[in-house]
Amino acid sequence: MGMGRALPLALLLFSAALATAQDTERIEVIRMHGLYAVTTGSAGDVLEDDPVGRLKVYVYELPTKYNKKMVAKDSRCLSHMFAAEIFMHRFLLSSAIRTLNPEEADWFYTPVYTTCDLTPWGHPLPFKSPRIMRSAIQFISKRWPYWNRTEGADHFFVVPHDFGACFHYQEEKAIERGVLPLLRRATLVQTFGQKDHVCLKEGSITIPPYAPPQKMKTHLVPPETPRSIFVYFRGLFYDTANDPEGGYYARGARASVWENFKNNPLFDISTDHPPTYYEDMQRAVFCLCPLGWAPWSPRLVEAVVFGCIPVIIADDIVLPFADAIPWEEIGVFVAEDDVPKLDTILTSIPMEVILRKQRLLANPSMKQAMLFPQPAQPGDAFHQILNGLARKLPHGKDVFLKPGQKVLNWTEGPRGDLKPW
Amino acid sequence: MMKSLLPQSGLRRSSVRGETGRPLGAAGAGADGAAADGGGAGAKAPASSTFWFLLHALCCLISLFLGFRFSRLLFFMLFSTTALYHSATTSSSAAVLRATTTTTTTTTTTTTTTNTFTLSFAAANPPPASLANRTALETAAMVKAGTSGNPQSHVVVGRHGIRIRPWPHPDPVEVMRAHRIMERVQEEQRRWYGVKEARQVLVVTPTYSRAFQALHLTGLLHTLRNVAYPLTWIVVEAGGTTNATAAMLSRSGLTYVHIPFPDRMPSDWADRHATENRMRLHALRVIRERKMDGVVVFADDSNVHTMELFDEVQKVQWMGAVSVGILAHTGAAEQPRLSEEDKQNMPLPVQGPACNSSGHLAGWHTFNSLPFSGKAATVVGEAAPVLPKGLEWAGFVLNSRMLWKDAEGKPDWVKDLDAVGENGEEIENPLTLLNDPSSVEPLGNCGKKVLLWWLRVEARADSKFPKG
Repeated sequence: MGMGRALPLALLLFSAALATAQDTERIEVIRMHGLYAVTTGSAGDVLEDDPVGRLKVYVYELPTKYNKKMVAKDSRCLSHMFAAEIFMHRFLLSSAIRTLNPEEADWFYTPVYTTCDLTPWGHPLPFKSPRIMRSAIQFISKRWPYWNRTEGADHFFVVPHDFGACFHYQEEKAIERGVLPLLRRATLVQTFGQKDHVCLKEGSITIPPYAPPQKMKTHLVPPETPRSIFVYFRGLFYDTANDPEGGYYARGARASVWENFKNNPLFDISTDHPPTYYEDMQRAVFCLCPLGWAPWSPRLVEAVVFGCIPVIIADDIVLPFADAIPWEEIGVFVAEDDVPKLDTILTSIPMEVILRKQRLLANPSMKQAMLFPQPAQPGDAFHQILNGLARKLPHGKDVFLKPGQKVLNWTEGPRGDLKPW
Repeated sequence: MMKSLLPQSGLRRSSVRGETGRPLGAAGAGADGAAADGGGAGAKAPASSTFWFLLHALCCLISLFLGFRFSRLLFFMLFSTTALYHSATTSSSAAVLRATTTTTTTTTTTTTTTNTFTLSFAAANPPPASLANRTALETAAMVKAGTSGNPQSHVVVGRHGIRIRPWPHPDPVEVMRAHRIMERVQEEQRRWYGVKEARQVLVVTPTYSRAFQALHLTGLLHTLRNVAYPLTWIVVEAGGTTNATAAMLSRSGLTYVHIPFPDRMPSDWADRHATENRMRLHALRVIRERKMDGVVVFADDSNVHTMELFDEVQKVQWMGAVSVGILAHTGAAEQPRLSEEDKQNMPLPVQGPACNSSGHLAGWHTFNSLPFSGKAATVVGEAAPVLPKGLEWAGFVLNSRMLWKDAEGKPDWVKDLDAVGENGEEIENPLTLLNDPSSVEPLGNCGKKVLLWWLRVEARADSKFPKG
């Protein structure tokens, strides 16, 4: 009798021992791999994870007025920096993680392009976006039962606009509006990220803005071209059209860069638009990535792809895939108050640190993670988004609501948002 | 990201004041400011208006001495302490600290005072109507001087001062440090992407003592000094070695071999060409005798070379060809008149390998001398275009092992050096060293990149020049 009990107990103990042994072994491997990573310059093995098999996504079929018709009306949507929402939809439609059976889906994707209403100059207008989003959510909640059973907690949306789901280009108005009330429980995939900001919801996934991968690849120069520019930047310092007095745009940081360093031969900065912009970045050691009207910009993507160390001047910014990419080890962070001392800061970085950053930037998986190539390739930004979604699984207990339980208030928000679209 | 309207006139006025911090401006603006401060001063009794006037005058005088708008600071201190106490956040107090501590330049002081002023304005603004729907936490956050909505965040939305340091010019020590950083980065780049084993470069130069020799040799000397690889300069001098040439070589700081060549340099171009070829062959024989190892580059003294040439030739296996830009200058003030049609049809004046679409050698581009026929110079120093003949040696590079009597792996399409030129036949170009010219490797992105330029510039043969 004692034997009979002892056997399953022994088995249990044995399996437990095996599991912990495997665990410690795995930790050892990770630690060793981490050491190995330092010497050869790989940053974040999480980047190479394959999401296939770890999650299933169901793509809702919305009427074309929410997606295809908008692109047909203005095809500039496919090449501006907000194009990630369109390419994500196209990627998901033909991806291996897509499932046609919503019952087995872990995540639900709603293909609504909220950043495709462009002015004649190509800037997206966010004024109708809350109504478009609301209309899309009403559509899916009426036709399928999956929205109501979780009130969106297992749904994700791509909102690449300036301040994400706050749907406004001006920061004060965006803060006033806050994240769209209907999206309060959903996971937001957005480019905007700033710590303790109303427009960055907890659990959001920050992604890089869209930068055309083909165009960047055609401008590659041989890697042995010596890097002879110390600091490089091209862009506006003062936005005279919208902020003629200065001090508002970029919180005065860009103007401060100009005023302090316009006479400095180490700083190749100007508002010029040279045709050799990409080639010049590959000849520079540091590339400035200061904030503009919003803290994010495609410059970060370009700097990583071209191997130029990004100098990020944006207080409290949350960078793309921050949980997978160790940005502290790759870029240099400078507080906006320290901009007048930028040259001292950059020249006093120890040589080994600079060389290590360049080694990490040379890692092809890092560059791949910042891009949205068509067709999708393993390790690219699409896969990183899926990895991020997979890391949030399994869903917690508060995701599924009890029948009849309601959390969201459908009439919340400014009156203008409630108009149908 | 478009902006149409900015926060309103009250803020704008105060910030306009902020940017013009000069005494004269202060006087004028101070007047308006005092008027704004005074509000309905005109309606009060004359006694109070003279009082305000005197106060304003006093403030103006003080501002003139201090150099910034004193009245604004006073107003801020007197009238916005209540607002400060209301918000009582770390952000506002930090802003006040900024106003008092950064007194380095007038610009920063005025802008920061305006900054804090703006902040308190924003705090005093009644929260917009839509707040009725918000939770209590968010309402409190809104009131807190327009911060990003969370009590811990110190990033403030609104107008900020433009921070300029007192001496915004480069510090020479830092500039040197930056250059050292760039040097180190470039060294690392060379280590990763550049040639793994740098081979010695053997530079063969035929020369002779004449008026422009110092001109040409100095240029070539400086180019060779900048080459990053170990280098040996093999100088063959026609008419025997002279002190002038020897002096230049010894001052160059390079490793050199000065070889005398018995014949004098003739004074017409065709013969000079042939003599140069024989001098080069002589140098190749010396390389063979001394078993010198490396890449042989033919650098004529009047040619101009890029640094990339020396990086590119490291890649050669046995024999390579690079693109040479031919500069057929006239020396005369007028250019030969070319018709439009000629200009259209004229190919680039480049000598080099021509590749087919799969990147293999398919033929040769040579210089088109037809437009110059009949006008070319025959005598050295004549004021007429000097043209190359056929394929110039400068466009070819060799692996010195190709010249050795016996070397491992030497391909059989290479003739033995002793067999070349033995019957006194002219060696027009290096292809005569080969049995099979199709095995030459095209370098420089298959000849698309011009790595050096061929030029012949000489003074008249009888011109006097100081020797030495």
